[in-house]
Amino acid sequence: MELFTNQILAGISTGAIYACLALAVVMIYQAIDHLNFAQGEMAMFSTFISWQLMQWGIPYWVAFVLTIAFSFAGGIAIERILFKPLAKAPILTNVAGFIALFSIINSSAGLIWDFTIKQYPTPFGSAPFLGSQLISTHQAGMIGVTLLLLLALYFFFQYTRVGLAMRAAASLPESARLVGINTSWMIALGWGMAAAIGAIAGILIAPVVFLEPNMMLGTLIYGFAAAVLGGLTSPFGAVIGGFLVGIFENLAGTYIPYAGNELKLPIALALIVSILVVKPAGLFGRHIVKRV
Amino acid sequence: MSAVEDVATQTAAVEAVPKRAMTLGTGTSLVVLTLLLVVPLFVKNFIIFQMTMLLIYGVAVLALNILTGGSGQFSLGQSAFYAIGAYTSAILMEQYDVNYALTLPVAGLVCFGAGFLFGQPALRLSGVYLALATFALATAMPQLLKLGYFEKWTGGVQGLVVTKPDAPFGLHMSQDVWLYYFTLVITVAIYVFSVNLLRSRSGRAFMAIRDNEIAASAMGVNVALYKTLAFGVSAGITGVAGGLGAIAVQFVAPDSYTIQFAIALFLGMVVGGVGWLPGSFIGSAFIIFVPNIAENISKGLSGAVFGVLLFLVIFLLPHGARQIATVGQQLLGRLRR
Amino acid sequence: MTALLNVRDLRAYYGQVQALHGLSFSLNEGSLTTLLGANGAGKTTTLRAICNMVRSTGSIEFEGAPLTSRSTEGIVRLGIAHVPQGRGTFTTMTVEENLQLGAITRKDHAAIVSDMERMYAHFPVLKQRYTQQAGTLSGGEQQMLAVARALMLRPRLMLLDEPSFGLAPLVVRDLFGILGKINREDKVSILVVEQNAQLALELADQAYVIETGRIVMSGAAKDIANNEDVRKSYLGY
Repeated sequence: MELFTNQILAGISTGAIYACLALAVVMIYQAIDHLNFAQGEMAMFSTFISWQLMQWGIPYWVAFVLTIAFSFAGGIAIERILFKPLAKAPILTNVAGFIALFSIINSSAGLIWDFTIKQYPTPFGSAPFLGSQLISTHQAGMIGVTLLLLLALYFFFQYTRVGLAMRAAASLPESARLVGINTSWMIALGWGMAAAIGAIAGILIAPVVFLEPNMMLGTLIYGFAAAVLGGLTSPFGAVIGGFLVGIFENLAGTYIPYAGNELKLPIALALIVSILVVKPAGLFGRHIVKRV
Repeated sequence: MSAVEDVATQTAAVEAVPKRAMTLGTGTSLVVLTLLLVVPLFVKNFIIFQMTMLLIYGVAVLALNILTGGSGQFSLGQSAFYAIGAYTSAILMEQYDVNYALTLPVAGLVCFGAGFLFGQPALRLSGVYLALATFALATAMPQLLKLGYFEKWTGGVQGLVVTKPDAPFGLHMSQDVWLYYFTLVITVAIYVFSVNLLRSRSGRAFMAIRDNEIAASAMGVNVALYKTLAFGVSAGITGVAGGLGAIAVQFVAPDSYTIQFAIALFLGMVVGGVGWLPGSFIGSAFIIFVPNIAENISKGLSGAVFGVLLFLVIFLLPHGARQIATVGQQLLGRLRR
Repeated sequence: MTALLNVRDLRAYYGQVQALHGLSFSLNEGSLTTLLGANGAGKTTTLRAICNMVRSTGSIEFEGAPLTSRSTEGIVRLGIAHVPQGRGTFTTMTVEENLQLGAITRKDHAAIVSDMERMYAHFPVLKQRYTQQAGTLSGGEQQMLAVARALMLRPRLMLLDEPSFGLAPLVVRDLFGILGKINREDKVSILVVEQNAQLALELADQAYVIETGRIVMSGAAKDIANNEDVRKSYLGY
């Protein structure tokens, strides 16, 4: 029994990573109605930028703020330059665009910073949290920041005019235009916010998985799975989904035979897919009634 | 939680390509076929090998086209079926001494079964959810192939070596040339089969499901049957391609069939034109040759160059190579006047 | 009187199909005009063309400014509110949020608050339900909400596409009464597309009749209502 609870707790701490990524995924899904495969790479690139700033002597929190700002602007720029022209193209073509973006960013990061693993600092330290052997102070910090982010997003969407406009543009673009909302810019804004959130996720994750161009490859898919599990329309669901995915992953690794490290991912995904078969909109997603 | 549900008017996620636009005209097809028949006489063995691979990957992309462009189901898992086909052929050839040609129908049937089975749970999923499920399948496959439990058949991490067949009846042609013509015959057969499938009642059922699943169901189309059938057929064809691939490359190994391969097949479909069967081969050429071109341009940034080239293609041709064909047809039409 | 809206030789297309064949009409400031015609005549297309939601050629001027090169949201910001067919309500948002969205382009916060109070005065049922999700309202209530949302823009011109659709006759009378009041008191010019010609002609001062993308009749609403031939051939009663 103790092993079980330990695994649950361990799952919650790793799950914080997925929760953070899942928030970025949901953010972008709200804006553009699909998943951006390059999101992990954008987060990785942002994390490298912050690392580089610190290498140049800039203190951690200054680098943090600068990186968020840069990522926000970068996300908007990428959308305006690369994806606005594809707005009228079929969805699958846009997906090919995400794959191309992935390739470009991953390769560029490899060239600029090479593939050797780098240490990344954490402002939270890595002592055991409250004396627990399972959660370090950094992991507690991750959970805390993720929850703060969730709260901030909640306030943004529920209580600000821009948030309201974004929700309207995502919900019914044509009606949104008829109240004067520039839906095209709402999409750009969505990208910017997703990029900024992704940067925060990357900066939080890097101390744990270490900084290198392929750091997001394993984790992003868990982030997607978490977002889908939680329900792609719900930031709250994304966070819960993240923790659940972390727990699934750990339980699968511990209790299922043959499930060495390599099979953890497909098994976790299989679990998630089975939940989706029962609840197609995810645990907290809004059920979409399809009309002919 | 909201009591009000979002009502979404169902729009097709996959563009509807009209039936008659799905293939080349007979004239163009004959020209292309003649070229394909004659080319080996003029080029070196290595180029022949590359062309064989072009046909094989083209068949795999074609299978994906039937699934996505035909029935509107999104799959990032084709590499899994390709792997099953490849390993089936390899195991039958190397461990049970079966003739290489006979392994292909077996590979096809095994994969048809696998695809049909996978299609069952996939029935309730669509769009991003199906993508995730097929992604899971694709990532699982290399790991499953490495499992110690199966090692005595699969050869574990190292995989199996496959013997390349000689030309039959003592014909005087190199193995590469023989394999090329063998592949070409099978490719043409599969292509003709696919074209006829999409023109048949089943094909119409697929397309009805692609365009508007609810309406199709309301009109009496057995959606569950046709969706799983589409998965099965697509997987089966991919399996045959996999078997051919195993023979051509002369080995099978788990890390040859990763999610990267599934993504490449997806890109091949988009570049060729979703739903446009001839485009499958253009897409296949793209995924074979463009990465090499990218690496020649810049070794360190080959991924970035590939991404840029891909962007160029999708900016110029958002609907894939099919757009060139449409333009070509229009030009020809004007020339005739 | 200056023309508020001037439409000349409007042709509109859905892909290759031409829906409007050279429409010309104008609206005066302060008028309440109705656009009538059978199903498929092109009434909705006309409204959509004014808001640049459909491909069109020809000239559309609002207070002298050309509309054809602007985006839909740009046209809305000039002061044209459009209540589309089916109402376009944000069903998953509350009544209050829907109203706030109507005013999302305005910056005068104090006035927005007082305008919301005015909407609640015009439509008391909305005040009762202001925290409810808009999708849970009845058809008539959603129509009221749609009109209120459009009014939150403080538009100079309001376009309404078949506001009576699916509503009980008493509710329609209520709604039209409110529209008349808004036109007279708040000085909002209105162009309402309707299939229910009888009620629309009672409400409006001006009327146009469209048939297959062309205007076939125009004049004072009273005259058209009294003209039995026109009523029988074009309006079905």
